[in-house]
Amino acid sequence: MEELTKKAKQALRDGTISGFLGLKNEAGQISPLLVTRDNLENLELLTLEDERYPLAKILARIAARYREETLGVMVRGCDERAIVELIKAGQLSDGRVIKFGVACPQQLAEKCHCTRPFPSQIDAGEVATGMADEELVFPIEQRSTDERFQFWMGQFGKCIKCYGCRNICPVCYCTECALEDELLTSRGKVPPDVPLFHLIKACHMIDRCIDCGLCEQVCPVGIPLRTIYRKMGQLMSELYDYVPGRAVEEKSPLGALEEGSQLVV
Amino acid sequence: MNYRTVLTVCPYCGCGCGIYLEVLDGEVIGVLPSMSHSINQGALCIKGWNAHEFISSDKRLKEPLMRKNSVLSEVSWEEAIGYTATRLKQIRDNHGPDSVGVLTSAKCTNEENYLMMKLTRAVLGTNNVDHCARL
Repeated sequence: MEELTKKAKQALRDGTISGFLGLKNEAGQISPLLVTRDNLENLELLTLEDERYPLAKILARIAARYREETLGVMVRGCDERAIVELIKAGQLSDGRVIKFGVACPQQLAEKCHCTRPFPSQIDAGEVATGMADEELVFPIEQRSTDERFQFWMGQFGKCIKCYGCRNICPVCYCTECALEDELLTSRGKVPPDVPLFHLIKACHMIDRCIDCGLCEQVCPVGIPLRTIYRKMGQLMSELYDYVPGRAVEEKSPLGALEEGSQLVV
Repeated sequence: MNYRTVLTVCPYCGCGCGIYLEVLDGEVIGVLPSMSHSINQGALCIKGWNAHEFISSDKRLKEPLMRKNSVLSEVSWEEAIGYTATRLKQIRDNHGPDSVGVLTSAKCTNEENYLMMKLTRAVLGTNNVDHCARL
């Protein structure tokens, strides 16, 4: 922790980065924090406590206004994967992001059912053991098709259409959203079109979801969204050996029809 | 470059969800749910998620409006409150206290709603006081 604060302070002082995005603890409430050279003293508020916010998404919003600036950001495993996806999508510029890695403690890794609770480079924290990939999907996959269908229709039927899953998602960046398109989703209807609403979201996440689980965490009615997205991730991995958030160089197999694309027969 | 988050309470209903207003260079650009708030623990409804939108809305009322010759026109608070008080008093005096009623709002604090109840019962003299959530 001290190491990370020191490193961030140094980078801000010598101008390597113009801003550092992390998390702060103020009177027990944890929220995102941006430190610049003008308020270096705020680095003291920096915390590694077990709350998560979509830092990659916030970073992209700041970067959109400051395209020429290099920004530093505290990254957990999930934040780093989200940054990779946002770089692929042109929402962040690879050379303009400097990551300060934080490994999550075992307790948080377990709470999040995280398969990879650490980033590629670690400046703070000890590496915890990730959970098995199948863990969330397995119990539901054991049921019959009918049971699963009923289960999911029931889950989607609970939706109050708060759009929280989309709003918190670090890799949802579109300015025009299919979930607000009147041709695709009915207006003013709760629950929203079951199951179409959630399946549209799922299809859009298939080559993007970095399995951070924030969508499920903020869902007011507790729809196990992550189970669907993780299953899709497993399929992408099995069929195309593609894992969203793994590397900036990897292209989504669904991204483009071009020579060498796996979708071109 | 100035990004900060301001902890506040969602203004919409009496639930009291903790939200952060995201402020970028002096402009409120969004809402984040407070993950550590004991009431909502990261969850929000659609109103909470959009609680920042009215701040800079063109449609936002900034002055009291009074209908004069069928046209809504901006007036001072003094004139608006003076007119309302005079008319309420006239109606009550001519038709009795039960000819008026008061609707309060979930956007007010408990204390403000208490004061509205007091005004209605003790000053206007009627039990016709209700709340927007029951409309």
